[in-house]
Amino acid sequence: MSRVTFFEVEVLDHKTKAQLCFLDKVEPHATIAEIKCLLHKCYPKWYPARQALKLDPKGKTLKDDEILENLPVGTTATMYFKDLGPQLGWTMVFLAEYMGPLFIYLLFYFRLPYIYNPKYTFTSSPYPVVPLACLCHSLHYIKRLIETIFVHRFSHSTMPLRSMMKNCLYYWGFAAWLAYYINHPLYTPPTYGNQQIHYALILFLLCEAGNFSINLALNNIKSDGDRSGRIPYPTRNPFTWLFFFVSCPNYTYQVGTWIGFTIMTQCVPVALFTLVGFVQMTIWARGRHNMYLRQFKDYPSLRMAIIPLFL
Amino acid sequence: MASGEEDGALDEKENNNKKRTKSALATAWLTFYNITMTAGWLVLAVAMAKFYIQRGTHRGLYRSISKTLKFFQTFALLEVRMVRTSVIVTGVQVSSRIFMVWFVTNSIKQIQNEESVVLFLVVWTVTEITRYSFYTFSLINHLPFFIKWARYNMFIVMYPLGVAGELMTIYAALPYVQKSGMFSLRLPNKYNVSFDYYIFLIIVMLSYIPLFPQLYFHMLRQRRRVLHGEVIVEKDD
Repeated sequence: MSRVTFFEVEVLDHKTKAQLCFLDKVEPHATIAEIKCLLHKCYPKWYPARQALKLDPKGKTLKDDEILENLPVGTTATMYFKDLGPQLGWTMVFLAEYMGPLFIYLLFYFRLPYIYNPKYTFTSSPYPVVPLACLCHSLHYIKRLIETIFVHRFSHSTMPLRSMMKNCLYYWGFAAWLAYYINHPLYTPPTYGNQQIHYALILFLLCEAGNFSINLALNNIKSDGDRSGRIPYPTRNPFTWLFFFVSCPNYTYQVGTWIGFTIMTQCVPVALFTLVGFVQMTIWARGRHNMYLRQFKDYPSLRMAIIPLFL
Repeated sequence: MASGEEDGALDEKENNNKKRTKSALATAWLTFYNITMTAGWLVLAVAMAKFYIQRGTHRGLYRSISKTLKFFQTFALLEVRMVRTSVIVTGVQVSSRIFMVWFVTNSIKQIQNEESVVLFLVVWTVTEITRYSFYTFSLINHLPFFIKWARYNMFIVMYPLGVAGELMTIYAALPYVQKSGMFSLRLPNKYNVSFDYYIFLIIVMLSYIPLFPQLYFHMLRQRRRVLHGEVIVEKDD
């Protein structure tokens, strides 16, 4: 008969090094997630999603699925705790981030009072491109909301409150700024008229369809693959053939959508929003691309991160 | 085989030498830069004092030193990449200076004789001479205590005074900006964007409210760390 050696876990504050909690009789095969639950019992206000446990105060945070006995500690483990602050579920976050622009744009489209000169309140624009732009903008965010609810599966379950406030400010602020100009009584329609609007609309719709196809494809991989993920490959859907050339075609299509919208409305704030979005998405795409390269030895060498053959 | 090891050792020596020359060059450039900037701001200080003593008034003082001021303040752009302080902190400080010099006092001629301009010019001069001489002496490892004391104590008074001077100057400029509509773009235009410099200046003034305390407390924390550290060492002795 073998005796099971229980572990003892001492949890210290990562800044003050004061002892917060001493857990004895911890099972050797307990996961970090279970230890977080035990800590939560001592401190009810620190629910597990808000806890970060580390072996070294300046080191990396331990993952929830790591097992106690596999860690480089003796039978008495010392861990450092950091409060990550209030957390929100990803779904809530995305809903807030996307509903904002959807409604804010409409406030400007219908020219609610106090926004423009009073004589223009509740009037509408004589140019057909203005309601078209409203339709496209709304369609874009409705699609994103649908994807958030039905399609996306998130790897982390929460996000810090501060990040969410920052993101909401960014999305809502930009939406207000570009909606203000597109729906302004003194708006000037595109220089090349209907031709410019039509081609831009086609680009917009194609890229929206493309982005949707990629999100579906990525979701299918996550649902039947294991947690560490597989290399995404093109499927029979022609939109997914962009996977031959880039690691993150969802971001490529997203940039394409906004370029289409910029050309359609010929509005500098939209161009700036597209630019900032492009920079941010490139950073994310490069990160994901490098992760794939590290993880998979046989990763296709033709693929770039976000722009085929270029970036 | 033995020669292979020697080659390896020689390579390492070469690399070390390269590193040493690189850091020696960097130090030489930094020293030269800081001496130049100290000298530049000293020249400004002397020019301002001379003007005031000779003429007895501050009218026309800005005009007389504006070229030198613009040169040395713009030259400071190089610092954003050089100094050990975070890029954001240095970036904010340098850009606010550049903004004041080029987009407020240089462009809006009517406010050049305001007293608030003299106020922030004096503050800037004192602060920069202290700061650059501090860096210069630190680089040659011969830092006189009074310079260290000045660097970490004078800002307590100088910072708020400088901010007051800058804010009062921008405030004085507002009516002229509104009347002339300078740097502004109105609707309708084919880019479907507008920019109102008047509103922009108001936003700049408001942004001092969150930014100034952050920079001020950053300096206070540095002061506590530097001077506090010194106290502990003395106790050990």
